[in-house]
Amino acid sequence: MLPAIIVFAYLAIVLYIGIFAFRKGKESNEDFFLASRQLGPAVFLLSLFGTNMTAVAILGSSGIAYQRGIGIYGLMASASGIIIPLTIFIIGTRLWALGKKHGHMTQVQYLRDRWEMGGIGTFIFTLTAVMLVPYIIIGVMGGGETLETISGGAVPYAVGGAIVGIVVCSYVFFGGMRGTAWVNTFQTVLFLCFGAIAFILIGRSLGGFDQIMQGIAADPKTAPLLSRERIPQPEFFSYMFIPLSSIMFPHIAIMCLTAEKITHFKKTVIFYPLCIMAIWLPSVYLGVVAASQYPGLNPGQANDVIIKLLTDNTNTVVAGILGAGIMACVMASDSQILALSTMFTEDLFAYYGGRKRFGGKAEVWAGRAFIVVIGVVSYIIALLLKDKANIFDVAIRFAFTGFASLAPVMLAALFWKRSTKWGAFAATLWVLVTMLGTWWLTEFSAPLAPTKPGQPDVPIFPELGNLFLRGRVNVTVFGFLPVMPMVIGSAFWMWLVSVLTPPPSQATIDKYFPPK
Amino acid sequence: MKWLMVALVVVVILLHHDFWNWTDKTLVFGVLPVGLAYHGLYSILASVTMVLLVRFLWPAHLEEEEERPPAPHSILEEGV
Repeated sequence: MLPAIIVFAYLAIVLYIGIFAFRKGKESNEDFFLASRQLGPAVFLLSLFGTNMTAVAILGSSGIAYQRGIGIYGLMASASGIIIPLTIFIIGTRLWALGKKHGHMTQVQYLRDRWEMGGIGTFIFTLTAVMLVPYIIIGVMGGGETLETISGGAVPYAVGGAIVGIVVCSYVFFGGMRGTAWVNTFQTVLFLCFGAIAFILIGRSLGGFDQIMQGIAADPKTAPLLSRERIPQPEFFSYMFIPLSSIMFPHIAIMCLTAEKITHFKKTVIFYPLCIMAIWLPSVYLGVVAASQYPGLNPGQANDVIIKLLTDNTNTVVAGILGAGIMACVMASDSQILALSTMFTEDLFAYYGGRKRFGGKAEVWAGRAFIVVIGVVSYIIALLLKDKANIFDVAIRFAFTGFASLAPVMLAALFWKRSTKWGAFAATLWVLVTMLGTWWLTEFSAPLAPTKPGQPDVPIFPELGNLFLRGRVNVTVFGFLPVMPMVIGSAFWMWLVSVLTPPPSQATIDKYFPPK
Repeated sequence: MKWLMVALVVVVILLHHDFWNWTDKTLVFGVLPVGLAYHGLYSILASVTMVLLVRFLWPAHLEEEEERPPAPHSILEEGV
């Protein structure tokens, strides 16, 4: 029970941070949704990074490394370590400057103004909002499950989910962006320490890692984990497209608008790859170590290997503190709740007359009302579909692909004068259709999926050769992840339809590309 | 300098695909698999690349927005 008490103390601290932020805030929409665009460099870096890190970073990475080996670091972490800072550098800085200049608070606000569009903006809003929702639900589910595990069953799933949901919604409700950013900063410090502490304590308890690694190398069953034999090269290559999703996630794009100065981006992009390394390298390494300690776990059990290593190699107090670190990862849904609330308020409520009718102050309360609604609905879904969490896991995987495929739309808006709303519409429609198609194909081919690591992918339609292959988890296109053709297709449709349709008015083009 | 930086980014992205380490199980210092060591160093290279981009390709023209007071909230509404 002691670890659960420590976790409750942690929840009390984050709640207090949110309420403290509320006392520092002003009753304006820009303050509530964007912290008055005044976050300092350290909070900006740590909260932006923390917003991007979810339970996948610690629990998922070690679980996947347990099954597929050290290549997971290159696949997910070092690829993100170069692509995400690049997108923040190229896109994030521009979004910040345009937001400051024109007062935009969401991506859709910018796109609507940039391309003189209304309904297409609502279409983009709907797609992005739908892709964001599974994250919030999985956050509530993760909170319930983690509290249940840490308390040894004393706090049931339903109660744990409710507690986590209420705490998250409370500090987002009161503190808005300032509260969320401060909590994220606190959480990021916690889980940056988590990886290092876990690594040192487990290493000491096991008597060092050299014997273990040599044992893994000597055993033919585990030796492939020390290389990338279980990761096909086309998959590894095409995974580089996935981190393009980061800047297109509404919570990340909105977070880019909160920096006080553009120069805050400098430290963020420089330190970002190192922060990723600090969390992912020990987690992936420990996942491989766990393969020698707990052989034969199935994929679901493998996700808990880092918790098992900690429980077996540290004392109760340390396990409790580290449990709080895990909660910090699980609770990353706060910024997504706030982003969804900002989008509802700005892209729907204000855009369709709410601001005109009820005034600017009503926007903050509309935003808060949305936070409560999102929290309650997510909790109900988390309860009703408790045993179907894998649906949301799949949805999140598709969301990464979908957001990555929308990156050409944002690049065109920012850098191509001739781009048009119809090009954006065609590209977004392509993303929607291909995402649904991939989902269907994944479900359809499930019975064909190989069951053991290292087994070759299976052609889904033998008459089409290797066009669509089914792996253990994914469908691929000639062995490449669907994200690659989806991004290329999105860029193609953006270009083709733009050159065939009339550009925005000269006044709008001059507004966003001022004549030199 | 702009094209040199672009070339640098392309090279760094290509270096991510270290096919020559694919099946190599060598343990660096007896504890670190060579593929993991390579990508650990790659993360440091990514950080150095960003240092160079910030130094030589920073969008300095956007800094003038720092001095600008925040714009009033976007007035874009349906039909406006």
